[in-house]
Amino acid sequence: MVVFDNVSKTYKNGFRSVKSLSFRVQRGEFLVLIGPSGCGKTTTLKMINRLIPHTEGTITVDGKDIAKQNVVELRRNIGYVIQQIGLFPHYTIEENIALVPALKGWDRKKIRQRVEELLHLVGLDPAVFARRYPKELSGGQQQRVGVARAMAADPELILMDEPFGALDPITREQLQDEFLRLQKEFRKTVIFVTHDMDEAIRMGDRIAILKDGELLQLDTPERLLTNPVHGFVEQFIGKNRIFQNPELLPVTEVMRSDPATISPHRSPERAISHMRQRRTDTLLCVDEQGRLLGIVSAYDLQGDAARIQSVGEIMQPADPILPLEATARDALVKISESRFGLIPVVDSQGKLTGVVTKGSLLTVLAGRWKEAEAGVGS
Amino acid sequence: MNRRSLWEQIVQQLEMRHAELGMAVLQHIKLVAVSMGIAIVIGVTLGIAVSRFRRLEGPVIGTAGMLQTIPSLALLGFMIPLFGIGELPSIIALFLYSLLPIIRNTHTGIVSVDKSVIEAASGMGMTDTQILFRIQLPIAFPVIMAGVRTSTVINVGTATLAAFIGAGGLGDFIFLGISRSMDALVLIGAVPAALLALLLDFVLGRLERAVTPKGLKI
Repeated sequence: MVVFDNVSKTYKNGFRSVKSLSFRVQRGEFLVLIGPSGCGKTTTLKMINRLIPHTEGTITVDGKDIAKQNVVELRRNIGYVIQQIGLFPHYTIEENIALVPALKGWDRKKIRQRVEELLHLVGLDPAVFARRYPKELSGGQQQRVGVARAMAADPELILMDEPFGALDPITREQLQDEFLRLQKEFRKTVIFVTHDMDEAIRMGDRIAILKDGELLQLDTPERLLTNPVHGFVEQFIGKNRIFQNPELLPVTEVMRSDPATISPHRSPERAISHMRQRRTDTLLCVDEQGRLLGIVSAYDLQGDAARIQSVGEIMQPADPILPLEATARDALVKISESRFGLIPVVDSQGKLTGVVTKGSLLTVLAGRWKEAEAGVGS
Repeated sequence: MNRRSLWEQIVQQLEMRHAELGMAVLQHIKLVAVSMGIAIVIGVTLGIAVSRFRRLEGPVIGTAGMLQTIPSLALLGFMIPLFGIGELPSIIALFLYSLLPIIRNTHTGIVSVDKSVIEAASGMGMTDTQILFRIQLPIAFPVIMAGVRTSTVINVGTATLAAFIGAGGLGDFIFLGISRSMDALVLIGAVPAALLALLLDFVLGRLERAVTPKGLKI
């Protein structure tokens, strides 16, 4: 959808705010540009709708070189939302949203319908808000209108420059969630500038980290957190970010990969001695291929040891279990509902690959916490 | 000499000259209306030009400011060698004298439109002309009108001096009264001029309120 090919911005005084930037954004993708102030993120964004002209390289939108397009035409096909919102104070909410469709020459009836539809989409009742003026709305409501206005002519691409940065935290989260829902529903391509890492992780399919006009890393939030390629990236993301986002930590990081197992054909005596040896009170029953069959607990064994021939007879079904793709967050949520205080992790063939216990979770998270504390202290 | 009271004099003069007074009022209004009309068109245009091309700001506002510093009577005098006497030189002088508040307020009104509003407008694909006529001028309108009102009030006052170079108007009565030491005549010229200034200011104020977009009212 959007391709940057060796794009630079050099000002007349020789200052280069963006240095040979190359990346591509897929259709329907949510790309976040982030970095410290002065890193060139806003410049990068504004080069796309030519509010700031680039000086070298080419930018194409939808396969067309933007430098060769009519600038007015280009902008009318790209939604634009800014932090200061910039609603027109002398227009009603309705007129504000209708601006681009009106410029494009839509007929009145179609515009009216579209405005109504958009107001519903952003959670404002048209009967109440359509005829009001911007100053009669709260900041959050105004930015809802800002979003509706950007989407009015149904552009494929929407550019957002810290759109929620000036809102209070609660309103900001609300708008983030609602906008994300709209974006997924309508498959809009979004390029979003922010300086807030939490917002970036929450919103972005991919995040581009810029510093001094250079792209340091462009990756999914998961990979940025687990695999920062640059010292600055790691520092910028913040080491303890991972605790606030356990959904970004794969379950394999918090599981033990040597669970105590037993074949269902074994005798109860054998199981008890195996438990003693492994210092555990639960064993996972697996078949010859290593597939998980169930769980045997010391408690059940004690009661029934005399009565049974093999542990398979008192084996309990394993529930919950986690797939390999699960995250530490899933493990944290499910551990409390597991009967034996552990969750087996199985691969796509049902083979046991590890086990998450309260102990393993605590060890890993506490280990990371210590690391983070040490990082802060130094 | 019989010293009649001021009031009696006024009544007497009005009986004698009421037709003349009516003509003078109309002439005064004409001087003000024509000079203000031109001043609004040229002043707003220059104000827009100045806000677009920053390089013009110094020369244009400087020149208009300089014109304002010339005593109004002197400015009228300067017109005589250039345009002779009568209506035309008076209107030109009044026009020049009214420019500054209009240019300055138009300029201020336009440049003080919130930057984010302009950025949003151009980012959404409005042309410069559309931004000017649909965004900047409507938002700047109350400020421009304030300049027009200031100019008008000054203009009505200055127009009394136009009688000096033979343009007529209420100034005729004032100067006649001064030269004949007749306070009544001075008042017959001055009071309607003052009332005219107040009336125009009031009407323009009403107009401003009626035309200002609702979203901009406090």
